[in-house]
Amino acid sequence: MDQAEAVEKIVTALKKKSKTKSKFYFNDLAKILDLKPRPAKKFINQMVTDEILEYWSSGSTSMYGLKGMGKQSHGEGED
Amino acid sequence: MAKHETPLIDQLESGPWPSFVSDLKQEAESRAKNEKNIEYQIPQDCCDDLLGVLELSYKHGRTHWKHGGIVGVFGYGGGVIGRYCDQPEMFPGVAHFHTMRVSQPAGKYYTTKYIEDICDLWERRGSGLTNMHGATGDIIFLGTTTPQLEEVFWELGHNLNQDLGGSGSNLRTPSDCLGESRCEFACFDTQAICHDLTNEYQDELHRPAFPYKFKFKFDGCPNCCVAAIARSDLAFIGTWRDDIRIDQEAVKAYIGGEIPPNAGAHAGRDWGPFDIQKEVIDLCPTKCMRYEDGKLEINTPECTRCMHCINVMPRALRVGNDKGASLMVGAKAPILDGAQMATLLVPFIKVEPPYTEIKETVIEPIWDWWMEEGKNRERLGELIKREGMQKLLEVTGFKADPRMIQEPRSNPYVFWKADEVPGGFERDINEFRKFHQR
Repeated sequence: MDQAEAVEKIVTALKKKSKTKSKFYFNDLAKILDLKPRPAKKFINQMVTDEILEYWSSGSTSMYGLKGMGKQSHGEGED
Repeated sequence: MAKHETPLIDQLESGPWPSFVSDLKQEAESRAKNEKNIEYQIPQDCCDDLLGVLELSYKHGRTHWKHGGIVGVFGYGGGVIGRYCDQPEMFPGVAHFHTMRVSQPAGKYYTTKYIEDICDLWERRGSGLTNMHGATGDIIFLGTTTPQLEEVFWELGHNLNQDLGGSGSNLRTPSDCLGESRCEFACFDTQAICHDLTNEYQDELHRPAFPYKFKFKFDGCPNCCVAAIARSDLAFIGTWRDDIRIDQEAVKAYIGGEIPPNAGAHAGRDWGPFDIQKEVIDLCPTKCMRYEDGKLEINTPECTRCMHCINVMPRALRVGNDKGASLMVGAKAPILDGAQMATLLVPFIKVEPPYTEIKETVIEPIWDWWMEEGKNRERLGELIKREGMQKLLEVTGFKADPRMIQEPRSNPYVFWKADEVPGGFERDINEFRKFHQR
């Protein structure tokens, strides 16, 4: 798998779920790529660097989301 | 004159202990006066608003903070924790009030200049409020606005040679006791390995891919000054394999009252003459000591390294010469779901640079297993409980050892697998019947 293919898989899968969910655990992304965590991490790191994905953190847990997705205004019907 | 009336939290100043409320008021006053003419980059009255929002929370009995967010510095998935106030109109100074974690130096050694520099930076670009140190050991910067995050990060990195610490599902900032630099009990160089692993595992520290947090802590001896045994997923605790070194003359000097026990730590009151039988021998948890005919003897194989005798008589008793560490896994101290102590995995390992054995046979196999099998928000200790100690031994390749058992019958049995038994579980029934009747 190359980076472009990984991006395609992640973006498609995350957009499909975007109505119900905007933040994903690392393991969810690794499953989408069908890779073990370490090789998946290389692709995912690059997607963060390329600003396709962004980190979300509660302080204790980290998650990933498509950049700009999942604002609270959307959840409260203010779009 | 305070910006907000705070009658409820003022009561917190009335107790016998130092109060953080007084500290906040002091900083609020200092920012209002601004005697050093600092060009504040976030609202000058943020500390007043912080007091105000806390008072409101006491009044309402609910929090007015929103926790977490997408804030961070570019490329880092940890080190910044988003905090927002849900009453920004009433308290604009703390509308954004993010926390930054700064990686503390090994052993927490600072120069005065360094402390002054980070305080000046945080006074200018943040609230001026710090927590020295957080539970994980980091320097905690409390409260700044989103635009200041990159600025603070740039100044830390370029001017102070200082990195951010870990937060979120990352390796957290490794933490150590001051070790050999100041302590004769240290059985390995805690600062050296803490620094080495911090550098080695930068990717794990800054780019989250773990199921949850992971903590290394390094205690140079079993006194456990950084509580590795109780608070870290992988604890390094100094120990020794040979005998405790005994200076019999010094033992006599303690008994004779020439040397105060516990290095004089309990000298504030007259406890009577030192009684080695009552204060040392009888308190040994494994009863492995005796004092007869003016001679102290210790049966080392029975010693569990509780450190009591060494702590009481440090000039007479010293840790052995064949030093290293015991590695223990799976401790956690969460607010919910109960604390858990660590379980012994490696009874003894030498801790010497470049730490290849520790990295390749312990840390990395454990991470590979936990990253694949761990559920989201599951600590290593919980995974070990769920999948079993046997599985941990399998992934790390360590053999089961009686020292891993805390006490008989309280630990789950470890069952043999077919491929671990010669011939497997299949047997020739006719061969068996030659020796055993039906």
